[in-house]
Amino acid sequence: MNVPANLKYAKSHEWARLDADGLITVGITDHAQEALGDIVFIELPQTGRQLSVGAECAVVESVKAASDIYAPVSGEVVAANQAAVDAPESVNQDAYGVWLFKIKPADSAKGAAELAALLDAAAYAKVAESE
Amino acid sequence: MGKHTPLYDTHRRAGAKLTDFAGWDMPIHYGSQIEEHHRVRRAAGMFDVSHMLAIDLTGADVLPFLSHLLANDVARLSQAGKALYSCLLNEDGGVIDDLIVYFFNALHYRLVVNAGTAAKDLAWIERQGADFDLDIAPRHDLAMIAVQGPQAREKLWQAYPGTRMVSEALKPFFAAFDGDWLIARTGYTGEDGFELAVPAAQAADVWAQLEAAGVSPCGLGCRDTLRLEAGMNLYGQDMDESVTPLESGLAWTVALAGERDFIGKRALLAQKPTRQLIGLLLLTRGVLRGHQKLYTAHGEGEITSGSFSPTLEQGIALARLPAAVAEGDVVEVDIRGQRHQARAVKPPFVRNGKILISI
Repeated sequence: MNVPANLKYAKSHEWARLDADGLITVGITDHAQEALGDIVFIELPQTGRQLSVGAECAVVESVKAASDIYAPVSGEVVAANQAAVDAPESVNQDAYGVWLFKIKPADSAKGAAELAALLDAAAYAKVAESE
Repeated sequence: MGKHTPLYDTHRRAGAKLTDFAGWDMPIHYGSQIEEHHRVRRAAGMFDVSHMLAIDLTGADVLPFLSHLLANDVARLSQAGKALYSCLLNEDGGVIDDLIVYFFNALHYRLVVNAGTAAKDLAWIERQGADFDLDIAPRHDLAMIAVQGPQAREKLWQAYPGTRMVSEALKPFFAAFDGDWLIARTGYTGEDGFELAVPAAQAADVWAQLEAAGVSPCGLGCRDTLRLEAGMNLYGQDMDESVTPLESGLAWTVALAGERDFIGKRALLAQKPTRQLIGLLLLTRGVLRGHQKLYTAHGEGEITSGSFSPTLEQGIALARLPAAVAEGDVVEVDIRGQRHQARAVKPPFVRNGKILISI
């Protein structure tokens, strides 16, 4: 299973990464894209939307099923990846390369704390394997 | 653990993603459902459909029995090997199942029924057949493989040159025996091809020979998107015992004319359908799903089967709507609390690799 060590994970199969600019980039895991199968539609949050942890904020649909995406951390949506919307299958090909949206935490300490509360790679791999 | 077809180990070894389908562990895909879909539209793919049940009916009373049992008229079948699609109805005209009936000779017919309804169908057929001179034999000893696509027939002949002689002249909806195989020019994809019924012990070898000839293994995932594009109903989603064929786009399969009395006929003659089954094309990006609510100028409705069409690259569906909704009307569909527009269209969406609706 492909679970990069440099990312943090939510049980609901999102990955999150703190970038040098202080933003937190979010996508779905390789396990999630594998379970969904061919992804054909992605709906992302509007920029400017305020998210709390666990908020339903995006939808990824495969031929088989629709899956809600939850905010792994809180903050303001400052970017949504139009390239993913235009080519949903790219998430199947590169789940960790094709991000979905970026969140700006209210302050960096809060962002860091929420990120620390997420699963590390080893813990997430266990969650994914148990499914 | 579910029931296994004779090809279960073959699917496992091929890395198929397996899912429960009507109590059977069946392959949903072998990697990509969309690629498998395109293989069938453009070349040739094969499906394990051994979970479906063949039931042989033999005896002096087979014809009168089937004339009583089925909504379509088996007396139409006069040429050996001819197949007919029919609904099996209850007294209220509700659909117990849909099936294919093959005519071999006056004393021998075969039904092929859905997996999820097989036990119910068999019990119903045995009950209805009690007073007829009839032998009812479920053929659990057979495996069934559907080889579908524009190259499907050529690929079978390449893998098994001996089958060409009996099967090359078969017209659509005809079948012929080749030894202990039945080769039928039927399918559930909207493409040309064959459905093979072979002894279970040969199934894995037939699968391997077809694959070696270039036929791609395909899962039930793309079987569903192929049949939906082809405008074919799926039992349990698009119709069941709560609706009649007249409300399910299947009036063409019911032979109401004439003196013949069949189970459900009286109810159908009395019915003035207020609902219809019609196709929908989503006019925005997205995917249609079963049970999504529909709103029209003539009242509400519901999607019965919805998906993303790999050929059209748009959301499509079959939907039960008020009978007054006409082809070309724009209706509204509720997707996660938001209304989106969809256009009513006459299925099929796609047949023989060609898009048949205007986009």
